[in-house]
Amino acid sequence: MNFFRFIKECFKIVIRGNKWYYLWLGFLLILVTWGGLGYLAQLKEGLIVTNMRDHISWAFYIGNFTFLVGVAAAAIMLVIPAYIYNWKPIKEVVIFGELLAVSAVIMCMLFVIVDVGNPLRLWHMFPLIGKLNVPSSLLGWDFLVLNVYFLLNLVIVIYLLYKLFSKKEYNKSFLYPLILFSIPMAIGIHTVTAFLYNGLVARPYWNTALLAPKFLASAFCSGPAVLLLLFLILKRTTSFEIKDEAIWKIAELMAYAMFLNLFFFFSEVFKELYSDSEHTVHLKYLFQGIGENRDIVIYGWASVIISIIAFLLFLIPKTRKNIVTLTIGALLIYFGVYIEKGIALLIPGFTPDVLGQVYVYRPSLTEIRVSVAILSIGFLFFTLSTKVAVAIIFEGFTLDRLKGKRAAVAAES
Amino acid sequence: MNLKKDIKSPQRDTASPGRKLTRRKFLKTAGAAAAMAVLAQCGSKAAREAFVQRNFRSLSKEEIAQVIKRLEAEYLEKYGKKFTVSAKGSIDGTLFAYALDISRCIGCRRCVYACVEENNLSRDPQTHWIQVLEMEDEKGIDFVHSNLYYDHDEVPQEGHFYLPVACQQCKNPPCVKSCPVGATWMEPDGIVVVDYNWCIGCRCCMAACPYGARHFNWGKPQVPPGKMNTNTHFLGNRPRYKGVVEKCTFCIQRVREGLYPTCVEVCPTGSRKFGNLLDPDSEIRYILENKRVLILKEYLNTQPKFFYFFAT
Repeated sequence: MNFFRFIKECFKIVIRGNKWYYLWLGFLLILVTWGGLGYLAQLKEGLIVTNMRDHISWAFYIGNFTFLVGVAAAAIMLVIPAYIYNWKPIKEVVIFGELLAVSAVIMCMLFVIVDVGNPLRLWHMFPLIGKLNVPSSLLGWDFLVLNVYFLLNLVIVIYLLYKLFSKKEYNKSFLYPLILFSIPMAIGIHTVTAFLYNGLVARPYWNTALLAPKFLASAFCSGPAVLLLLFLILKRTTSFEIKDEAIWKIAELMAYAMFLNLFFFFSEVFKELYSDSEHTVHLKYLFQGIGENRDIVIYGWASVIISIIAFLLFLIPKTRKNIVTLTIGALLIYFGVYIEKGIALLIPGFTPDVLGQVYVYRPSLTEIRVSVAILSIGFLFFTLSTKVAVAIIFEGFTLDRLKGKRAAVAAES
Repeated sequence: MNLKKDIKSPQRDTASPGRKLTRRKFLKTAGAAAAMAVLAQCGSKAAREAFVQRNFRSLSKEEIAQVIKRLEAEYLEKYGKKFTVSAKGSIDGTLFAYALDISRCIGCRRCVYACVEENNLSRDPQTHWIQVLEMEDEKGIDFVHSNLYYDHDEVPQEGHFYLPVACQQCKNPPCVKSCPVGATWMEPDGIVVVDYNWCIGCRCCMAACPYGARHFNWGKPQVPPGKMNTNTHFLGNRPRYKGVVEKCTFCIQRVREGLYPTCVEVCPTGSRKFGNLLDPDSEIRYILENKRVLILKEYLNTQPKFFYFFAT
């Protein structure tokens, strides 16, 4: 019964807040509506309202999906030191990493749903009632691992919050196996998503064995970067607390991950340029353009330069520990990886297309609107769930206190 | 031989969608779409049946007959024409293959447009199952320097040759492997087909195909009702839906009845050959055994059943 009480009290918490809280929620809801209407038009007209065509058949939606799969790793980045090495300063903020992971996976799934031509037929993918084509289809695998990862994190975070709420010790033999399992699952969602591209014999740009390791390395940068930014915001706007050394530790781990990411990148560039086979054309498109089509070049270079600057900011202890340079570094990593996953990975893979034709892609207004709506839904979920978590962890919102309050009211009357 | 240009070149895909939405129209369509999305599925009996229809390969004979009856009624209502939808299976002892003589092809694109008419391909937005690439003699087969949108008054152009590319009907098809729901598969006679009622439109197969043979219905496919070919096959040229993938089927509605694919019949230079690989006396076997044969992107191990050759 206490669990229903917990749900009810959580609901009470999320509907109460100050002026800024309501403004923020209202702003998100407006964006959701604006983009949601765009999606309805897309349902009616078809994906022709996007700028994807046969030459570039996956683009902005799937780029966002790929980036967010990376963000979903954030939790694991924190879970490993917190639980495996029992490193206390991070332990209390693991819950926020888990919440971010759940929000990111929700967005991932929404990005896949808006990208398919027949969303009503998605039941064809369900095992038993549909005809899920595993083991051979990688999207089939991705669907499975994303759902498992989602449920896993959801169960863990609700369980932890509920135990904190009712002030009971959590059951280690229940929780630890789940947490341990979530580590290979986090690696799994990245690896499978990388394999989705990696195994396509038609697309030499993605046929590098470094693709999955590179996904992991960049995810271990972007996930914590998003998390760091959120921590800095939460610290200012709520009673959220985090020790400085925890933040510095996360930043240090990000520097190592970024080093690996850059190293993988340069290894690939060397192999492509030195071998100089016909397949090099995709990399050349990204950094030089083909003929007149040079729109993408700025993104190619921006992603590399931004990543190098961010790496240096996180590598040097002095800039890592300075709040201003730390924030700049996290922002740079966020943008660097977003461009890398959203544009630099996807678009050159399709350009030139398999018959050598160049089609210049820019997202249409509908694609941007729908994406904004999905990101807003993710933020909405994160905002509401974080409000509950902050209340429980930092504001003493517990079952005891609620009972105490009721007793006090009863005594007064 | 030179042929005067009488058929237009393919439309180039542009980055801006043709249909502009005004706010009023948008709100109207948005409202209608919301209602439609909900109602379409719980609406008419036929729509409900379509929604729960299972994968073609798991349907019994009776169920297939029922589905076909429903489809024929649907098409009659939509296009005002009586369609026949065949579900004829493979003929035992056939494995279809195709050969195209690069030395004879003049790039006139008659095959492209005959295919459009035979297979009910969308005219707007434009879908072509055959893409003819113009290449330079000096460069040889070089996709990056080829031109899909050539638009000369006369073909062939001096110093150029032409390479028509459609589905290569691979024996080891990467597209089939990638489909998350098993909506595409290889039939016993070697034709790779799509179940348009099962495809979810995720486009994994398009990313997987090394020949650009798969085409997506980005918008609602439009064929003028008067131009509809009513002689159709369930896995081939029956009218398609918005949001599904389609591809060349060697004209499955024709070849399983013993006819040649339309592109073979229409080719003015006789560059296109078609036949049964399992028949040792077939023309296709003669070509494979006696001519210089070339396979596109052979190193990918897709094992096409579509061969290019040089007869002269």
